Amino acid sequence: MSALLPTVVLAFREIRRHLLRSFLTVLGIVIGVAAVVTMVTLGHGATAAVKEQISGLGANILQIRPGQGFGRGGGGPPPPDFELADADAIRIQISGLLAVIPSVQTSTTVVHNAANWSTSVNGTTSDYFPAYTWKITSGRNFVAADEQAGRAVCIIGTTIQKKLFESDNPIGQQIRMKDVPCIVIGVLESRGQGGFGNDQDDVVFMPLKAVQRRLIGDRKVRFIVAKVDETYDTQAVQAAMKKLLRERRNIVSGKVDDFMIFDTAQISQALQGTTQIMTALLGAVAAVSLLVGGIGIMNIMLVSVTERTREIGIRLAIGAVAREVLMQFLVEAVALSCLGGLIGLLLALVATITLSPLLQVPFIFDLPINFLAFGFSALIGVVFGYFPARRAASLNPIEALRHE
Amino acid sequence: MTPDILISLRGVTKVFGEGDASFLALRGVDLDIRRGDFAAVMGPSGSGKSTMMNILGCLDTPTTGTFSFEGFSVERLSRDDRALLRRRYLGFVFQGFNLLARTSALENVELPLLYRGETPTARRKLALQALEQVGLAKWWDHTPSELSGGQQQRVAIARAIVSQPKVLLADEPTGNLDTTNSLEIMQLLMQLNHTGITVLMVTHELEMAAFANTIIRFRDGLVAATESKGFAST
Repeated sequence: MSALLPTVVLAFREIRRHLLRSFLTVLGIVIGVAAVVTMVTLGHGATAAVKEQISGLGANILQIRPGQGFGRGGGGPPPPDFELADADAIRIQISGLLAVIPSVQTSTTVVHNAANWSTSVNGTTSDYFPAYTWKITSGRNFVAADEQAGRAVCIIGTTIQKKLFESDNPIGQQIRMKDVPCIVIGVLESRGQGGFGNDQDDVVFMPLKAVQRRLIGDRKVRFIVAKVDETYDTQAVQAAMKKLLRERRNIVSGKVDDFMIFDTAQISQALQGTTQIMTALLGAVAAVSLLVGGIGIMNIMLVSVTERTREIGIRLAIGAVAREVLMQFLVEAVALSCLGGLIGLLLALVATITLSPLLQVPFIFDLPINFLAFGFSALIGVVFGYFPARRAASLNPIEALRHE
Repeated sequence: MTPDILISLRGVTKVFGEGDASFLALRGVDLDIRRGDFAAVMGPSGSGKSTMMNILGCLDTPTTGTFSFEGFSVERLSRDDRALLRRRYLGFVFQGFNLLARTSALENVELPLLYRGETPTARRKLALQALEQVGLAKWWDHTPSELSGGQQQRVAIARAIVSQPKVLLADEPTGNLDTTNSLEIMQLLMQLNHTGITVLMVTHELEMAAFANTIIRFRDGLVAATESKGFAST
């Protein structure tokens, strides 16, 4: 094996001697490796993005909304909203819930001095922030008195803070929504861009009653958020909740629900599953191109053996044993394919770094797939290089020397 | 004085092909080559001299008969063992030079050392020495296409002797050269012979054969005659 190093040196010398041909030979491998690594890296990025989007929706969170599906329903009156009593009933009768948060949402313009900003206002309870593990960085959460009295106090996201207060401390300051003045009591931790491109920090929270009475003007609950204890089976909790709500909304058996329960974990799994399948499919298609690249290498190596028959004859006459000639051509094929693999990895790196912002997918360097693709390209060199190398090694030196 | 025999062939035959199409190239050759001899092998084409050179060069094996080298029987060695024998004891010079194209003179000469597992520094040193011996040290970085025919053949000779072989086998080394270059090559072979290398050369030209001590004439697959200068032989 001490002869391996000079063989490698020899192989690279040969590759350098036919630079253009070597490049064209490995182009298939380059493209194959680049395609596989790019597809898989972007796919994993997409999966991670979906995961993050969904985790932004909260873990172990069930959302209950009136209506069925998105825009379905045909004729008939719109499904009724929930009442506060529905939320109370769920809280009391369903076990395994850590919090039940009746909520409303509306959009309005918020004003502070000369600055104004259009945003969405959520009516909620103090349980909302722990349920979504969302920290209040300065100020305080709602207290029972705020909620019971429907006081005009609000907790704002960092976008609102920036738009209305710039660098001033907003705590204790007044903002106006429509004609309702409201005291800022807290600022939330920044959550950045949400999974669907929305700004999660562009939001104002007020006690439920305050939004219901002062901004919307009714006592409806638009949706209910429930945080499930992770030791309970979400499916069972969901079923119990469904049964309860059907009763409360007088839905006779045989008729479909006029409300929906969204399980963020289910959505997350479904979306992740989809992106993973897409990644696997794209990766498989790319892997085929890698195989085609391998055949390209075999083709050129066979041509090379024929072309260099006399050289092989010289080497054999000088005293090379069959194994050494075999190794020479095998190492050359492997060196070629490894070189192609390496260039492919670099190309993939450039491609993923360039493409991920365009596709709005986070760039996550995926070490295993890089190793795998490189290893596979080396393997292709061995497999497709062996046959031409064996042909070279089995040449008869006398005939090889006579070859023109 | 007992002649010091390096190579000895006894009853060597070589058959090519099988059945009706078979052809008997050698018909029982007996031949002894003394250590340190400079022998020229002559004969019309088809007389079997190339077949015999291939057998002597361990590139081919006899169909029957024995071949001893340094007293060792080598006619039944495996392909790889013969390669190792060539690597250690034999040097080859061909009519068509057979240098690696687009490869410098130095790298060409280093080639046999590569297979002997010499270190890069040792390879370089020995290769430069060999090039010095053939008078081409200054041309070490030239590729064959940048060298004249005579120079190419001298690089080939440097390659043959770089591993300090016991025997130099030259197959019509002057066949592709003009007279001036041919005479220079013969001078070089003679010099190498004086350093102790046994030289076996196939040639068509009497003028070149005249440099040899022994002339072996082939006819119809047999040694027809052996002429020696200075001392008698079989």
